[in-house]
Amino acid sequence: MESNGLTEKVMVPERFVVQETWEETKDTFTLRLKPTGEAPFVFQPGQFNMLYVFGQGEVPISISGDPAESGDLIHTIRAVGAVTGQLRKLEQGDALGLRGPFGRPWPVEKVKQRDLLIITGGIGLAPLRPVIYHVLRHREDYERVAVLYGARTPQDILYGRQLSEWRGRFDLQVRVTVDQGTKDWHGSIGVVTGLIPRANFDPAKTAAFVCGPEIMMRFTIQELMKAGVAAKDIYVSMERNMHCAAGFCGHCQYGPKFVCKDGPVFCFEEIQDLFYLKEI
Amino acid sequence: MKTIKDLIQEHPFFHDLSPEQTDLVAGCGSNTHFPAGTVIVKEGEPADYFYIIRQGKVTIEIDGQSRGTLYIQTIEAGEVLGWSWLIPPHHWKFTARATEETVATALDGKCLRKKCEEDPVLGYALLKKFATVLASRLEATRVQLLDVYGK
Amino acid sequence: MHILTIVQLQRLIEIFQDEGREVIGPTRRDGAIVYESIDSVDDLPAGWTDEQAPGTYRLKRRNDGALFGYVVSPTSWKAFLFPPKLSLWKAKRVDKGFEVQPSVGEEPSYVFLGVRGCELKAIEIQDKVFRQGTYQDEVYRRRREKLFVIAVNCAQAASTCFCSSMNTGPEVRGAYDLLLTEIIDQEQHYFLVKSGSPRGEAILEKLSCEPAKKSGQEAYEAILQKTREQIARAIDQKDLKDRLWQNQEHPHWSEIARRCLSCANCTMSCPTCFCSSVEDTTDLTGDHAQRWRMWDSCFNKAYSYIHGGVIRESGHARYRQWMTHKLAGWQDQFGVSGCVGCGRCITWCPSGIDITAEIKEIVS
Repeated sequence: MESNGLTEKVMVPERFVVQETWEETKDTFTLRLKPTGEAPFVFQPGQFNMLYVFGQGEVPISISGDPAESGDLIHTIRAVGAVTGQLRKLEQGDALGLRGPFGRPWPVEKVKQRDLLIITGGIGLAPLRPVIYHVLRHREDYERVAVLYGARTPQDILYGRQLSEWRGRFDLQVRVTVDQGTKDWHGSIGVVTGLIPRANFDPAKTAAFVCGPEIMMRFTIQELMKAGVAAKDIYVSMERNMHCAAGFCGHCQYGPKFVCKDGPVFCFEEIQDLFYLKEI
Repeated sequence: MKTIKDLIQEHPFFHDLSPEQTDLVAGCGSNTHFPAGTVIVKEGEPADYFYIIRQGKVTIEIDGQSRGTLYIQTIEAGEVLGWSWLIPPHHWKFTARATEETVATALDGKCLRKKCEEDPVLGYALLKKFATVLASRLEATRVQLLDVYGK
Repeated sequence: MHILTIVQLQRLIEIFQDEGREVIGPTRRDGAIVYESIDSVDDLPAGWTDEQAPGTYRLKRRNDGALFGYVVSPTSWKAFLFPPKLSLWKAKRVDKGFEVQPSVGEEPSYVFLGVRGCELKAIEIQDKVFRQGTYQDEVYRRRREKLFVIAVNCAQAASTCFCSSMNTGPEVRGAYDLLLTEIIDQEQHYFLVKSGSPRGEAILEKLSCEPAKKSGQEAYEAILQKTREQIARAIDQKDLKDRLWQNQEHPHWSEIARRCLSCANCTMSCPTCFCSSVEDTTDLTGDHAQRWRMWDSCFNKAYSYIHGGVIRESGHARYRQWMTHKLAGWQDQFGVSGCVGCGRCITWCPSGIDITAEIKEIVS
């Protein structure tokens, strides 16, 4: 009897090999991975994998590559702890373990024929980049699209070169701001919420995908709703402690929701009551 | 050729003033433009004007002494630069520099203050608007303080 | 309904042993009645009962020789289906990385002797957690399919019991193989036995059990009624889920937090709590790694750690998480309450926190 057995399948990592690694910012790096098996790795924008460093441990990392490119698997990672610190030391040819993909993706189908705001900050751009790739591949399915991105300083801007390229397109609004400017920075300075009134969208038919530190998401949602975007049209990506990623261990619970399987992407209306509770 | 009155009426900051109020405000206004890199106002100087930005980008700088210059905010088209004209002792608390070629309408603070004293209805309308600007600057500053991307 | 004599009960245990099954039943050890491997009827806690109250558990002698004259053990049957420590896989370094070997083995075949109504319901609740999601727990499934359940009706309630308001007892209802009701007085000592499955039916035939007389059914009803009347605590289930979600900011949570030690006793003794942690270990050479699943508790601070800090830092947030999940969250997740009214969390809380009293304060 075929089973999605907890002990036999979903908790056992597959071996993936590092093809390439590079630094993105001072604490963020990207791994390009390939599976060792034949089957291509298929995922949807917003999903994540559990990456395992032999003997060390596992961490949940969102997938940040193009879902239409089945050859390579891209993960942009911020080095903040023991396991991510070890992932940073991996070199071409090294193996790591991978379980996934897990999670509920961004609803790219549901928001077709609407204006789309993609609002992120810091490393939050990494889980949303697959959406941008998808939207650009299916550009005629969406109306006005704006990417609003905030970083701490100009040196912390993620995917800077790509953002510049996208900004050059006539069918995409890209606005970047930093919290603290520098002498050579001639872009916007100020909180990412300040970019919302400057973007071009019709609140009555806009969907917003928001991802970043929880505080940033809170202020962003406030600003969006002030601008007339409804709670049911705002989607956020939540983060909680994860061990199994399969709905068993209980660690990722957010109110009654399991972030690993009911999320990480949630419609804001669904979690509105939880969102403003402290320590939930 | 647009008059000051037209420009003021069009600007998002003033566009809901009554025609009479717009006239009063326009009486204190003049056109200005700043090439890229020029200083518009300097920290410490008397704040005799405020500016409604029509095009371009202005960066707010603060002298951080040993930390060097701190670049803390940009004001862009459709936004307002300056609130010290309204609040004593009427000195600029920061330096503002045009990052790009910037076109603005300058409004004479002394002139407007006098008109507001004479016409409290206009005064209240302007005060409400500036209170909103101050409130959103304060909120934005708080969020910047939280350094949310920091950790 | 049939009659099972003590001799036949012993014979029953022997039949299971001959089949290679491990019989788990109540026995007296370390001042408590615990569920462990037993060999014979002599291992049962004859003539002993447990007195339970908030933060209190004591064994007392009965004035008869009842074999099941106690209420519930400190820990439940949970540890046998959902082991506290389980190896998931082993791995070793090889030339181009590493190889993983899942720890799949032959699972033990258990007989649970003495499952109470609330405990059977708890097992059914865990069935939903481990068998009805997208991913099934294979170890749980295999042990569960082999499991033979001999349930026992309660002839007494502890002061901490509240099964009746949770609809889990005192009468045993659910998927058992055999159900025993102990009849003991000056003249006689035997069991009324009902079968609940073809397996149970087959065993009764093998033992040649005599059918019970009509007075047996009356005795059965009388015992359960007596137990029902002893139940002193209750949780009002009406709209409980919504009322609890609406009171997440109630000041009473902080009041409980002043008493709660976050010791996690309640989660360990609770028959439905299922949280676990996944731990990766390695040997000293660094060439061999192993992944384990271990019981965890939402009362541990590290439970909700993400980079940057702990989500539920305060004791009050963690107590709120446990109780809200148990009484409300479970319903959203699995369609049933997570609480069966066994009262263990009340008994084993060193501060004597009583979930039935605390919930009244929160939702009133």
